[in-house]
Amino acid sequence: MTLTHSRRTTVRPRETSKTRRRLRRPGSYAAYAYVAPFFLIFGAFAVYPWLDTAWVSLHDTRLTTYGHSHYVGFANYRNLFGHTFFWNALKNTFSIGIISTVPQLLMALGIAHLLNTRMRGRTFFRVALLMPYATSLAAATVIFVELFGVDFGLINWILHSGLHLGKIDWQGSKWPSQIAVSTIVTWRWTGYNALIYLAGMQAIDESLYEAAAIDGASRWRQFLHVTIPGLRPTILFTIVVSTIGAAQLFGEPLLYDPIGQPQGGTSGYYQTLGVLMYQQGWTNDRLGLAAATAWTMFVIIVLAVGLNTYLVRRRERRSGISRRPLNVPAAGALEAIR
Amino acid sequence: MTATVNRREVRKPRRERRRTASGRPFAAGPMTYVIASLIALVSIFPLYYTIVMASHTNSEMAAKVPPFFPNGSFFTNLRAALKLAPLNKGMLNSLIVSSTITIGTVAFCTLGGFAFAKLRFRGSAFLLGFCVLTMMVPTQMGIIPLYMMMAKLGLANHLQAVVLPTLVTAFGVFFMRQYISSAVPDELIEAGFVDGAGSLRVFFSVVLPAARPAMAVLGMLTFLTAWNDFFWPIIALSTQNPTVQVSFQSLATGYAPQQSIIMAGTLYGTLPVLVVFALLGRHIVGGIMQGAVKG
Repeated sequence: MTLTHSRRTTVRPRETSKTRRRLRRPGSYAAYAYVAPFFLIFGAFAVYPWLDTAWVSLHDTRLTTYGHSHYVGFANYRNLFGHTFFWNALKNTFSIGIISTVPQLLMALGIAHLLNTRMRGRTFFRVALLMPYATSLAAATVIFVELFGVDFGLINWILHSGLHLGKIDWQGSKWPSQIAVSTIVTWRWTGYNALIYLAGMQAIDESLYEAAAIDGASRWRQFLHVTIPGLRPTILFTIVVSTIGAAQLFGEPLLYDPIGQPQGGTSGYYQTLGVLMYQQGWTNDRLGLAAATAWTMFVIIVLAVGLNTYLVRRRERRSGISRRPLNVPAAGALEAIR
Repeated sequence: MTATVNRREVRKPRRERRRTASGRPFAAGPMTYVIASLIALVSIFPLYYTIVMASHTNSEMAAKVPPFFPNGSFFTNLRAALKLAPLNKGMLNSLIVSSTITIGTVAFCTLGGFAFAKLRFRGSAFLLGFCVLTMMVPTQMGIIPLYMMMAKLGLANHLQAVVLPTLVTAFGVFFMRQYISSAVPDELIEAGFVDGAGSLRVFFSVVLPAARPAMAVLGMLTFLTAWNDFFWPIIALSTQNPTVQVSFQSLATGYAPQQSIIMAGTLYGTLPVLVVFALLGRHIVGGIMQGAVKG
């Protein structure tokens, strides 16, 4: 169920019931064999590359000199932090991250609240909500590129002909292009998060609502004082997951570029760290610099997740709500981002 | 409980009361349906409009009032798209890659999840915690060495290069562990051991049948993720031997990209998975929500 659960079960054998001891013996050696295939593959194709990336980041590495490039210490990191393109990408990653996750999670919360009712056609609405999640990032971006087209896009047509407003340059100006990229993310992930919230809401003890109603709380107050506190662990996970996703945003800004270059638009308005890493490695053949960018991203994710967790947990402690560790859907969303 | 039920029945004729009254689930009012339908519309409209764009010619799409209903040019556009991009090859490759990854992930992760859930061994808490923490690592962290590794192994541009790194996922192990530890009673496992079965025998005859629903959910999620994966495949594969997501890239190249053709190709490569999803969607929804409740 949870990580604490695992800790609890490892403690259990001390209670020394007969059956436990029997269970323990046949398991212990074979267990390593059962986890071995996973850890061998995972170690070779995940853990080893991460460590190797750290090594590459300390060397002046090109595609041709890979493996026998010379050690440069932290020069790649100094180089990275000394350039405006890094700070531009960092700022964009941050602002696109905010624009794409804050409204997304708020909307998801509202949608979940709306769907947390007895209604007909429940399955239809839920599947419809999840259709964007099933659409690939590449397809979704291609579709939204057309919708956000400056001259013939549907959105500008509605703005211009429908609402008699000016056309917006969704490609060539900063905030509109960041909003467009964020829209793709929001469209794909809102329904997924709404379903996670909905599941969390349905797990909240019904008697809490009854007690609140007896005390005369309106549905809105019930939402604020029963639903939100009960959902706080779930909210924390969605925040953590969205933060991780936002920090490594790559496909949307890459494919939103009009000529498909890893530059975040001709003026770099929506250049993100993820795209910058790709550009340095695969367009400029500066693998050392790209590796330094990747590790910097990892450190940023760890810091951001730590900060988010600290902030939410601090509020939890203040309001006296017990801690609950990472759960399955959060981990699932984590996986789905990649 | 009873008090609320009674109250609701007494007040039933007055609709407003029914919505604010206590007790869940609330009955959905007409506004709920209106708003829910609007949300469903926003979710589906971009996909619907893809069909509209894919079935018109470029000049029709550039009309003063753009069309809102599908037309007849889809197959003409699709033929042009198939000339530009190896979409069929891409779909076949994606099918091979995604199926292999799904089988590997479900098999290895169920086995590992079983060990973490039901067998006691030194370091299991550490290893599981490590798995969970690795989910924070961005994809970008691994791709440079992976690319070099694949080149060295002679697998660059081969499908194996896409399959191998995603053959297992930390999420899969964690997901299966969560499910098995709550869905398979310890007593059942112990009974197996008491009867003299080895742990592998217990796995196949006790755990596997009980874990089937979770394996199905993990399989569907893994297939979807693998089919839609984009970052690593565009690095590992060329546009000559692409997965379907990589093959989309060839649609927009050329002198003047034609949006109708791009849309027809995108629709063609996306539709199969969307149709399957619409059919299996309720199970996937159930899986995601079930996982959430377990948390």
